[in-house]
Amino acid sequence: MDTDQLIKTLAADNAHRARPVGFALMLALLAAAPVSLLMFFTELGIRPDVMTAMRNPFFDLKFAVTLALAAAAIAVSLHLSRPEASLRGFGWLLLIPAGLLTAGIGGEMMMPQRLPMMTRLMGNNSRMCMTAIPLLSLPILAGALIGLRHGAPARPAVAGAIAGMLSAGLAATLYASHCTDDSPLFVATWYTLSTALVTAIGALAGSKLLRF
Amino acid sequence: MREREDEWTGLMRSAISGDSTAYHRLLKAVTPVLRAAARRGLARAGQPVDQSEDIVQDILLAVHLKRHTWDVSAPFAPWLFAIARNKLIDALRRRGRRVFVNIEDFAEVLPGEAPVETASAGEVAAQLASLPARQRDVLQSIAVESASIKDTAAKLAMSEGAVRVALHRGLASLTAKLREQ
Repeated sequence: MDTDQLIKTLAADNAHRARPVGFALMLALLAAAPVSLLMFFTELGIRPDVMTAMRNPFFDLKFAVTLALAAAAIAVSLHLSRPEASLRGFGWLLLIPAGLLTAGIGGEMMMPQRLPMMTRLMGNNSRMCMTAIPLLSLPILAGALIGLRHGAPARPAVAGAIAGMLSAGLAATLYASHCTDDSPLFVATWYTLSTALVTAIGALAGSKLLRF
Repeated sequence: MREREDEWTGLMRSAISGDSTAYHRLLKAVTPVLRAAARRGLARAGQPVDQSEDIVQDILLAVHLKRHTWDVSAPFAPWLFAIARNKLIDALRRRGRRVFVNIEDFAEVLPGEAPVETASAGEVAAQLASLPARQRDVLQSIAVESASIKDTAAKLAMSEGAVRVALHRGLASLTAKLREQ
C-alpha cells in the first residue's frame, strides 16, 4: 500500500470518533473498582470502631491524603495522555498529598502523645499495610492502564508510574478504613512505601502497555 | 511556517467536525514534512533512507488513531510533531540504534531538499496480508481500488455500518501489528 492509498483510507475512516481518554479511564476504573471492593470486604472490612475513629482528625486525614493522591494522579494521567504534554506545570499536583501529610505530622508533633514516636511510626499493621495496599491496587492499576491506552503518552513509563500512584491512592483509601494505625508518621512511612511499590509496577507495566 | 501551521490547525478542526476532504488535504500536506524528517532521522542514525516511507505510514496511522488526544483549541503542529517524534524514535530503536531526534527535524523542509515522491513501503502492506479476511477485503477495496464505503458495502454484500467498523478495526489492528513487530 503506498502512502497516498493509506491517506485515502484514513480519510475514509474520518467519521469514526474515539471516546475521550477521560471517559475511557472512568469506564475502566468503574469496571475495576468492584474487584478491589470485593477483595477488601471479603478479606479486610471496615474497622469495627469506625464511628469513634471518625472523630479523630488523624483518621480523617488519612482519607484526605489518599484521595488527594488519587485525584492529583488522575488529573496528571489525563494531562500526560496527550503526546505533547510533559510533567511540567502539572507535576506539582502530586505534592498536595505530601503537603497534607507533612502538615499532619507537624500537627501530631504539637500534641501531647501517649506513645513514643517510633512506636507510632511502626504501628501494629505495617506488614498488613504493605501487603494490602499493593494487592488492592492491582485490579485498579489494570483498569487504569486499559483506560489510559486510549491516550498517547510521550513517555509511557512515566504515564504508567502515575497510573500506579492513582491506583495506590484509591487502594489506600479503602485500606485506611480498615487500618487502626492513624498516626501520620505511620501513613508517611508505610503508605508511602506501598505507593512507591505500586508506582514502580505501574512504570514497568506502562512502559510496555502504554506505547502507541 | 507560521501560516502553514495555522492552515494545518484549521484543516484539523474541520476534519474533527466531520469534513473528510479537509482531513485528506491535511494528511497530504503534512506527509512531505514527515517524510523529510524521517529521512533525516534515518540518515543521522546511519540507516538507509529508503525505509522512510514505512516510518511515514506508521506516523500517519498513529495520527489517525490518536487524533482524539489533540485539543482542538491548541495548535496542531506541536501535537503532530510529538507523535511523529515518538514514532521515529521507536522505529530507529527497533532498528537497533541509540538515537536522538531533534524537534527541529520537523520544523521545516529544507529548501534545497528535493521533494520525494511516494516511495515503496513494505511493512503496512505485509501486515495487511495477516488481517482477518473481512478487514483485509475492506481495506483493499478502499485503499487499492479507491472504492467508496458505499461501493465497498455493495461489492462485499455488507452494510455500510459493517464496512465502517471493519475499516476502523483493520486500521487499528494494522497499527497494533506494526508496534509488536
